[in-house]
Order: sequence, then C-alpha cells, then structure tokens
Amino acid sequence: MTCSRRTFLKNAVKGAIAGALPVAAFRLLSPAQARSAVEDASVRWGFLVDTAKCVGCGMCVKACKLENEIPYDAPVTRTWVERYVVTRDGRTHADSPMGARDGFTDRKIHGGEAIDPSEIVKAFFVPKLCNQCDKPSCVQVCPVGATYATGDGIVLVDRSWCIGCGHCIMACPYGVRFFHPVHKVAEKCNFCYHRITKGMKPACVEACPFGARHICNLKDHDDPVTRIILNERVAILKDEYGTKPNVFYLGLDHNVR
Amino acid sequence: MVEQVMVHGAEWTAKELFVYPNEFIYWSIQIVMYPYMTGLVAGAFVLSSLYHVFGQKDLKDMAKFSLVFSLALLPVAMLPLMLHLQQPLRGIEVLFTPHFTSAIAAFGIVFTTYAIIVLSEIWFVYRRYFVEQTMALKGKTGFGDTVRRGIYHVLTLGAYDISPEATAKDHRAVTVLAAIGIPVACFLHGYAGFIFGSVKANALWMSPLMPVIFIMSAVVSGIALCMLTYIIIMEWKKFKAILARGRGDETVTVIAGVEMDVMSKASKYLLGFLVAAITLELLDIIFRGYTAMKSWDILRDVMFHKDFVKIFVLQYGLGNLVPFALLLLPGVTIRRLVVALVLILFGVFMMRWNVVIGGQAFSLSFAGFMHYHLPMIPHSLETYKEGLFGALTVAVTPFVIFWLINKIVPSLKEV
Ligand code: SF4
Ligand code: SF4
Repeated sequence: MTCSRRTFLKNAVKGAIAGALPVAAFRLLSPAQARSAVEDASVRWGFLVDTAKCVGCGMCVKACKLENEIPYDAPVTRTWVERYVVTRDGRTHADSPMGARDGFTDRKIHGGEAIDPSEIVKAFFVPKLCNQCDKPSCVQVCPVGATYATGDGIVLVDRSWCIGCGHCIMACPYGVRFFHPVHKVAEKCNFCYHRITKGMKPACVEACPFGARHICNLKDHDDPVTRIILNERVAILKDEYGTKPNVFYLGLDHNVR
Repeated sequence: MVEQVMVHGAEWTAKELFVYPNEFIYWSIQIVMYPYMTGLVAGAFVLSSLYHVFGQKDLKDMAKFSLVFSLALLPVAMLPLMLHLQQPLRGIEVLFTPHFTSAIAAFGIVFTTYAIIVLSEIWFVYRRYFVEQTMALKGKTGFGDTVRRGIYHVLTLGAYDISPEATAKDHRAVTVLAAIGIPVACFLHGYAGFIFGSVKANALWMSPLMPVIFIMSAVVSGIALCMLTYIIIMEWKKFKAILARGRGDETVTVIAGVEMDVMSKASKYLLGFLVAAITLELLDIIFRGYTAMKSWDILRDVMFHKDFVKIFVLQYGLGNLVPFALLLLPGVTIRRLVVALVLILFGVFMMRWNVVIGGQAFSLSFAGFMHYHLPMIPHSLETYKEGLFGALTVAVTPFVIFWLINKIVPSLKEV
C-alpha cells in the first residue's frame, strides 16, 4: 500500500487534532461538567454556601434575575439573601427586602425602629436557593409530572406542561417556588442548568465577589468543594421535612429559619 | 421603564414580619370553594342514599331531590379548581398524564367514577319517566315538543321496556348504585381532605385527621343544604295549598306535619355528624397544643390572636354552638330550623376558610404572617377568578344547572 507524503501529513494533522481534543475539553470543562454534558449518572450537583463570607450585597440576586429572566421589579426571585440580627434581649430579627436584590441599605428591619448597634450580639447573612432535594416534595405532588428530577439531581419545571395549580409551591418547605409573572407557570432555581451542563458556573456563583457560593459534583470526591462538604462541619436547612437537601451551609446558625 | 408585572398572589397578600420573598397566598378563595362544593355534593348524595339503601321512607321526597341536586353540584366541584389554575386550558392534562404520586392526580379518576355512579343512578330512577314522556309526546308537532321528545328519546338509550319486571330491576340497580356511591362520595371528599393533610410543608394542614374531619363536615353541610332546600320547597307547596284551598284546609296541615316529621328525622342525622365533626376538630387542636411541636408557637398565634374571631367566634361559636343549641332545645319550629341550618352552612364554610386561608396565614419561616384580602371589585381576569365574584359564580352555578336539569328530569314533581 502506497502512502503519499500528502496523505501522511493529512493524517498526522488529523491525529494531532484528535489527540489534543480531549485535553482541550479537559481544560475547558471539569471532568464532572463534561460528564454531566452527556448525562452521566456519576454527576450529582451540590451547592455550598459559606455564610461567613456573605456580606449581603445582593449581587447574586441581581445576576440571577437577569440571567434567568425573572422580571426585575417583581417581588419574586429564584435566589435571595436573608439578614439575621440577634439582639441582647435574645430576639431574632430577620428580613429580606426584595430578596436583597439591592443589598441591605437600611438599618431598619420591617420598617420598624433602627436597631441600636450596641444592642446587637450577632448579625449575619444567609443566601437561599433551591436545595435540589434528593426526596423533593415538589416533584411528589405535581399532578401532571411537569416538575421532575434529572439524572444529575436537578429539579426542573416543564413550562409547556405545568398547569399552574401551585401544589408544588405549597409542598416545598423552603419557599423557593413561585409563579413566573410572565409565563404563569411554576418557577424555581435550577442551579442555572443551562449553564452548568455546558461547563459554566451558575450566574450567582459567578457574580458573588466574596466567594460565598460554590457549585460542585457531590459524586466527585476530588472536587475541592465536595471535599469541603465531606471534610468540614456543614449543615442543611430544615432537616425535619425529610426532603434531603443538597445545598450545604458552612457556619449556619440555629436562628436561621 | 418600569415593568408592570403581576405576581400571582401579591394582589391580595399583605405580609407582616419575616416572610420568605416568594411566599404569597397562592391558594385563595377558589380553593376554599373547592372543598366546600365537593362537601355539598358528597353530603347531598349520602342523604339521598339513606333512602335508597337504608329505606328511610320518610326521606323519600328528599332522596330524589338530593340526588338530582348532587348532579347539579357535580360540575361545580370541578369549577373552582379550574378557575384557580394559572393555565386553565391545560387542566385536562390531569386526566391524560396523571402523575400518581400526587394527591391531585387521582382526582380525575375519583371524580369520574363518582360522576358515572350519580348519572347512572339518576338514569335508573328516571328511565321509566323518559319512556313515558317519549310515548306521551308522540304525534305532537310543535317545535318545543319535537325537541323535548328527541331529548327523551335519546335519554332512554333505547331501553323501552317498562314492564313491572324491568322496573323492579331498575330499583335494584338504584339500590346497588346508591350503596356503592356512599363510600365513593366519602372517598371523593376525604380525598379533598387528603390533598391538604398530605402537604407536609404546611404545619396547619399536615394531619392524618384532615380527611376524616373533611368527610364529617362535608356530610354536615350536605345534609344542611338539602334540608334547607327541602323546607323551601315544602313551604312553597304549603303556600300553594293555602292559596288554593284556604288556611284551614286539611292538606295544609298534612303538608306541615310531613315537613316537620322529615325535618326532625333528618336533623337527628345532622346532629350526629355535627358532633363527630366538632369532636375531631377539637381533638386536632388539643393534640397540637399538647405535643407543642416547633410550629405550635406560630399556630397558637394564628389561632388565638390573628384569626381568633374567624375560628372561635364565627366558626365554632356562630357556626357550630349556636345551631347545636337551636336544634337541641325543645319545641323546634321550622323557622328556628332554618336559622340553625343557615348557620351550619356558614360554619362549614368558615371551617374551609380557616383551613385553607388559615394554613397560609403564617410563613414557612414561622416568624411572620400573611393576611388575605379578598378582591371584591374585579379589575382583571385574575381578580375576578380569584375574587368575590368568582366565588359567587361558583356558588350560583349549581342552582342554574339544577334549574336546567329539572326541566328534563323533574325532581320535585311526583313521578
Ligand atoms: S428546595 Fe423545594 S423546590 Fe427545591 S427541590 Fe427541594 S422541595 Fe423542591
Ligand atoms: S404548579 Fe405546575 S409544576 Fe407545580 S405542581 Fe402544579 S402543575 Fe406541577
């Protein structure tokens, strides 16, 4: 079989490109993200919130609203930040005006008296989002199966199939669901599924200037964020409902609702 | 540019203290109407079955009426659900792609089963009448008569045999259907209770007692409504008799005697179910208070402060205690009965309200409250559907339907 120099060169170039491709893919996508792109069951998305790092600026909420086209001035949001102020008298004051879209600019809580700083014993911020539960009660109650869990653990809503009964909104113990003001169907955080399945990070994670939000693959024990969840003392919200949430919190206080 | 967007629920929800941003009163007046209307359907059917199955002869007049009335109420049990959907046109998906881990998914099946039972029972009760009408209208040429004859002709479904054996078979079929219908009617309504009782995120709703409480109060409201309507009909008959023959005539006293007799019998059933309903509801409250789980603090706040008037004054006081006394005190008159029945119907409505709206009166955070302001004057489709007028539409529809059905299937005349 003769092999002209021309064909040899051609094949060599092809081979080099083919050989380099996986490496390039490796660099662009983490292995977890690449695998999830082909719907591999070795991916289970998780989330880590470092409450100590959150300053309540609301960048994440802004970014989320824009990325996911939630009308900016509507009082509903896929993710939000709560402020907790515990005073000397043992009372907990909490609020989240407009989901903290514009941060916390007012000392007053619920339009009441501003709290005297010397009265405050501790204060902190807690970002919230959908927990992509292992046992999602929202999925359980949907009468038409319009809300469902994907193989990699994200709970999604099919906008073309939801009848808008609101049962899922009622069933979620975390209050993360609402009706989309324009589409008139159930709406919720999905960790920016359109982004994470393409190797990008969720808009809120990208937008947080202080590194309070992280996404990870819980099945990949080499994922640095997963290692924190495995090795550090992390907490979840509202354990008692048995929904088995997958958003983990560092430094969660017992006052958090 | 300020976007003008309508967030579902924002219109009628007022928040107090710490409530999560996405929380609103999503299940509003139509979801109050839904269990109320299904309750009436179930109750009316159970009452009609008391005659057909247990042979309570004195309920005979009422049985036919309440059967047809429960048919008129039937589509109206569905109506509030449709009105509350954000995508009403997709409602049919519940029947086509039911997702069976959901409590609502089985609604289509339960509801259809029940509808088939009611329809076939009515058919068996009236089959003879349909045949007779077809015969009687034969040969008449007027437009109205031709149309009516056509309708009756179709309604006979081709079964023209009205020999004694055939009608005896009809009777047996009615008894069997009524007997099957009782558990199905209870299931239909207990199931409405389950939809609420199974929402584990809601501290007020989540209770295994919820379905049973719903069934009891359903039967109470159904019986009360049928009794009330029966009184109105009998009073009308009496009034006509007085007009025709004068006050002192024998027929007038006969009608009055029959009326009082039926009512005192029916009110015994009513009292029984009322006691059961109240006992269960109180048991639920006492149990919650005694076990005092995490949610009790906020529930207590809602029950004893925010909603005290609605729960203890309007529901238990005016809606239960007062009619209870009115029914038990000796020397019951029809007038006193009417007052008691209206109050009972009101009490059951308040119970539905306090469960549905009361269950959303506090935040999932257990640290804030939500107040519901029923939209009165509609200024958009949403404020109509989920406002006072939407609720009134639902309340009036069964009477319109009854009037229509009654043109073809006369439940008030002797057949
Ligand atoms: S947090 Fe709520 S909406 Fe998200 S998966 Fe869990 S139950 Fe469903
Ligand atoms: S609102 Fe939509 S997604 Fe939610 S339970 Fe109803 S049909 Fe399912």
